Amino acid sequence: MKIFMKKFRNYIWITLYLVLTVLSFIIGFEPGKDIFTGFGQSFIEMITFIPFLFIIVGLFDVWMPKEKIQRHIGQESGVKGIAIMVLLAMLQAGPLYGAFPVAYMLYRKGAGIRNIFIYLGAFTSMKIPMLGIEIGYLGIEYTITRTLVSLPLFIGIGYLMEIMLKNRKFEVYDGSG
Amino acid sequence: MSNNAIIFISLCGILSLVSFLIDRRKTWEGFKRGWRMFRNMLLPFINILILVSLVIYFISPDVISRYLGAESGVTGFAIAAVVGSITLIPGFISYPIAAGLIQQGASYAVVATFMTTLMMVGVVTLPLEIKYFGRRAAIIRNSLNFVAAIIIGLLVGLVMGVIK
Repeated sequence: MKIFMKKFRNYIWITLYLVLTVLSFIIGFEPGKDIFTGFGQSFIEMITFIPFLFIIVGLFDVWMPKEKIQRHIGQESGVKGIAIMVLLAMLQAGPLYGAFPVAYMLYRKGAGIRNIFIYLGAFTSMKIPMLGIEIGYLGIEYTITRTLVSLPLFIGIGYLMEIMLKNRKFEVYDGSG
Repeated sequence: MSNNAIIFISLCGILSLVSFLIDRRKTWEGFKRGWRMFRNMLLPFINILILVSLVIYFISPDVISRYLGAESGVTGFAIAAVVGSITLIPGFISYPIAAGLIQQGASYAVVATFMTTLMMVGVVTLPLEIKYFGRRAAIIRNSLNFVAAIIIGLLVGLVMGVIK
């Protein structure tokens, strides 16, 4: 019953919306029809590119396994170290709090303060699936501009974090405490 | 068919073909992973499209452009930065909202600030972040990113103003 409720809750909005839309068409309620036209357009817009984007992301996932890149963490420094961090972050997906456990893992593997925060920065700004959707919705010019502006800023933040935390016994915890 | 569809379908076709010629099994595995990710986000995505279509219908472009448009000035930035920092909207879902805002007259600068704070600053997740990095690091990271988001918004707005 509980599981049923949970499943049902996910569908409640779409069900409600469809019922109201069908009703609008039956009784000829104009705002309902107009809203459906808007929804229909954005749905078609979405369904004609998002599935293909995800296939691209899936292919990236199998051809550039994260585990392979993770092996180099902590061994490389300087520009190469930063590049590995950015590349690793680009292959991820999901919300920022999903990156915290990864940051802990990077810390355990010997990544420095600067690189850990560069990883978080790249995670917020340059994940491949996110870039794909951003191009789809806001245009390639927007994505290129935003990425080029963000990159130096989050690398700079990495350096600043290192300066401010270096002598402060900084540690990454496993999140349980 | 939209430009997007053409770009993504051709890119997907080329990559799949190359991948298929190199390794059939891996390609199939990639398709399966992609499909799984798509399936997981489909329902929340449809829900947000419903919400956006409702909001676009009920909130007039005048209101959006007054508070979030090019002439909104500091107010627009402040609204975008604060709302973006506080709310926790999954990345995928936020893009139709951003596109809708721009369509209704919001400026690129304001939308870029909103999207960047949304991604980089997390007030709601701050307690969790503190558990991982400690209070000091978490607060500094969020503050620096808040400033960075405003710089990003301003610069993106500037460049987009020149391009568009």
